[in-house]
Amino acid sequence: MGTTDLVVRFAGEAGVVTSAESLAATAAQAGYHVQTYATFPSQILGGPVHTQVHISTSPTLSDGDDVDVLVAFSEDGFNNHKDSLVPDGVIIYNSGEFDPPGDSNSFGLPFDDIAKEVGNARASNMVVLGAIAPLANFPLEALKEYVTKRFTRGRPGDEQIVEANSLALDRGAEAAEKSGFHLAELDPPIRPDYEQIMISGNAAIALGAVQGGLDFYAGYPISPATTVLVWMEANLVGEDRFAYQVSSEIEAIGAIIGAGYNGRKSMTATAGPGVALMSEGLGFAWMAEIPCVVVDVQRGGPATGLPTKTEQSDLFACMYPAHGDVRMPVIAPGTVEECFYAGALAVNWAERYQGPVMLMSEMQQAERSQNIPKPDLSKVTAAGREVYKGDMNGYQRYEPDEMGPMPLPGGPGAYVANASEHDGIGDSTHLPIRHIRGTERRFGKLKLLNDGPHEIENPDAAIAVMPWGGSKGPVREAYLQLQEEGVDIGWLYSMTLHPLPEAISEQLNKKEIVIVPELNYQGQWSRLLRADGYRATSITQYTGLPFKVGFLVEEIKQAVAAHKGGKVLV
Amino acid sequence: MSDRNAEYDFKWCPGCGDFGVKRAREWAMQTYSEETETPMADTVMVAGIGCSGNMVHLVEGEQPFGIHGIHGRTLPVAFGVKQARPQTNTIIVAGDGDFLSIGAEHIGPAAQRNVDMTCVIMDNGVYGLTKGQASPTTIFGTQTSSTPFGKLEAAVKPFEQYLAHGVSFIGSHYSSRPRDLAKLIGEAMNHKGFSIVHVQSPCTTYNDTFDLLKGNKKAGIAPLVYAIPEDHDPSDKEQAEKLARAPGVPLGVIYKEDRPTLEDRQAEVRVKARSRTPQEMLDTYAV
Repeated sequence: MGTTDLVVRFAGEAGVVTSAESLAATAAQAGYHVQTYATFPSQILGGPVHTQVHISTSPTLSDGDDVDVLVAFSEDGFNNHKDSLVPDGVIIYNSGEFDPPGDSNSFGLPFDDIAKEVGNARASNMVVLGAIAPLANFPLEALKEYVTKRFTRGRPGDEQIVEANSLALDRGAEAAEKSGFHLAELDPPIRPDYEQIMISGNAAIALGAVQGGLDFYAGYPISPATTVLVWMEANLVGEDRFAYQVSSEIEAIGAIIGAGYNGRKSMTATAGPGVALMSEGLGFAWMAEIPCVVVDVQRGGPATGLPTKTEQSDLFACMYPAHGDVRMPVIAPGTVEECFYAGALAVNWAERYQGPVMLMSEMQQAERSQNIPKPDLSKVTAAGREVYKGDMNGYQRYEPDEMGPMPLPGGPGAYVANASEHDGIGDSTHLPIRHIRGTERRFGKLKLLNDGPHEIENPDAAIAVMPWGGSKGPVREAYLQLQEEGVDIGWLYSMTLHPLPEAISEQLNKKEIVIVPELNYQGQWSRLLRADGYRATSITQYTGLPFKVGFLVEEIKQAVAAHKGGKVLV
Repeated sequence: MSDRNAEYDFKWCPGCGDFGVKRAREWAMQTYSEETETPMADTVMVAGIGCSGNMVHLVEGEQPFGIHGIHGRTLPVAFGVKQARPQTNTIIVAGDGDFLSIGAEHIGPAAQRNVDMTCVIMDNGVYGLTKGQASPTTIFGTQTSSTPFGKLEAAVKPFEQYLAHGVSFIGSHYSSRPRDLAKLIGEAMNHKGFSIVHVQSPCTTYNDTFDLLKGNKKAGIAPLVYAIPEDHDPSDKEQAEKLARAPGVPLGVIYKEDRPTLEDRQAEVRVKARSRTPQEMLDTYAV
């Protein structure tokens, strides 16, 4: 019998990342939908690592709960991950490294020895991938095409490298065939009829922001946001745009405020600890109405927390990062594809309402690669800032209750961008009427942003699930499964958490209860929804890992049953 | 109340040194604007928090752009301003508390990059706005409201710090001779690189050092200020270090070094770097 999905996990130390990337790229080229997941410690080399590739004949929404094939590069990898295997799954272990005690699900393969035999010590990954192919009826030819493409780089010796890697694939495949193991046959791919790209969440955010017109980036290295800085340093170059690695997150927020004030579309990316350091600066940007974007690629917290694990526990910190009366606009993309559009939207929002915008991502989608429909750039426009062009002196930028055009240095309308409460031209004031009008003006501008992308399904159901951010994928899978089982439940999703699109607010008002699966202890999103007067309850998980679909299906069913049984969930 | 704004109600105490610094800075900015034929709107003043920060609201005549930000963060914000539009004449105004205590971490990076901007630091040796606490430059043993048993820390030595960080222009002056101070600030603005003019600007309420600076013959006080000897070579780091360590307040340029600015280096990189369109970037991810 055929199967639509194949989940392969690589566990151990060296080699797991390359193997996963190669398999994912091959599968995508062959026409499958792919999603990868990686988790590794914050150290330069080695340590316990695993990567996972979910291959499917239809668009993938999660990493996949259970593992069909486990490739164990080391004994630790074998021991730590063997329990994730489905009952009829297969483990391929590196018999050159270790021999596990008798296990009916596994067979050994000396990865490195075979690689040496074919004449390229670095081809052990291909031995592994070759072995996976016959087990699941994955096309070996696709792997060979991938190898040819990857190693044909116009350098002397390319041919030998291609040949050795190709041979490594054959040897792996032969060994797997001899092992006698078989998995359910993976159905042939249904090749998408649209153009695709294969990209990680962080790269998608960066690229989206550049399409939104970003032309200044300042950042400080921090997991899991560092790849945004590295991307910007390599790509945001040229005559009139640039990136700079600054000395701290405090300097980063200051620099993007200064650049935003002086006419740039500016951004920084950080993780929770950096958001904490930026909090005073974010309050300043809010107060002085300076456009800028702060990306928070969440990891586990608090404090240094779990730097390389995933969590959705920075929502309070991002929506209310600063002291005083503030509430930031928050965009939280739920898929790699949304990361691209969120990057552009964040820059556009900052320009449109002249203030700081928070873009929240999370570790598990930051480093995940996925093949997604290639964005049509002509449909993603960059919003320009409304620049003041009036009289040279005397413009009262902050005077009207409604936002007006922003003066830029070099042009007319000199004013003071003031972190203290201020009057029209930006001079400090203590008058109650100024503070009242200033506060109302700053909150009033948020109405310019209530047009975020959102999804509403089964709008008449009394109960809805409403995931946020990167939990969207697994919750979506769970929702579809529940629909098939006939559970009457609606779907609400908004890529923007603040402000919420009007249609979502309307839906929230109608629901008896909204169930929010989220990766934190306090149920941060449902608490905020309740504070805004909606009835919401959370399904929480705080393991540092993403949700599994099976867990969500059970938990949602229980919550629905409890509500219907009269149990008060809120 | 300021000339331009009847509602603005912040006041410096009578006799505050900052009045002199304000005049000097205005003259310097005016002269810079005329000499370089750039509009005043090309100047951005970035102020910190403290008495000195209010200077940005008190500008008379043609108005520059201003930022009155958060405590200690003038340099990060000014860095962004300068990077955004390199032709911006970027002036930082801050006090000794803002610049040398909470904001001290930012001096090193700005100096090492040699960003082309000018800091005017008003040193009164006290936190005035919060009513008289010890600051980094308050001398050891001084009793203040936050050091009732005398200050237990040694005072910071700003010039030695600036030299150690690699600040490429270091000037020293005091607030009582605004014409001379204006010239020094002008020199700093014309210097290509990161410049600091450190000004003794006494607080008449909490730390009145006017007599100590100027001297008072009747009271038998010798002046702390002295003209830098004519044979001092500011391009000689050893001589500058000697001057920085010497007692008293020298008036003039302690150190001046000509080396490429960050903006120069970035201009070189920009020539080399190939700029790609978003579409070209996107295409590199094609499956």
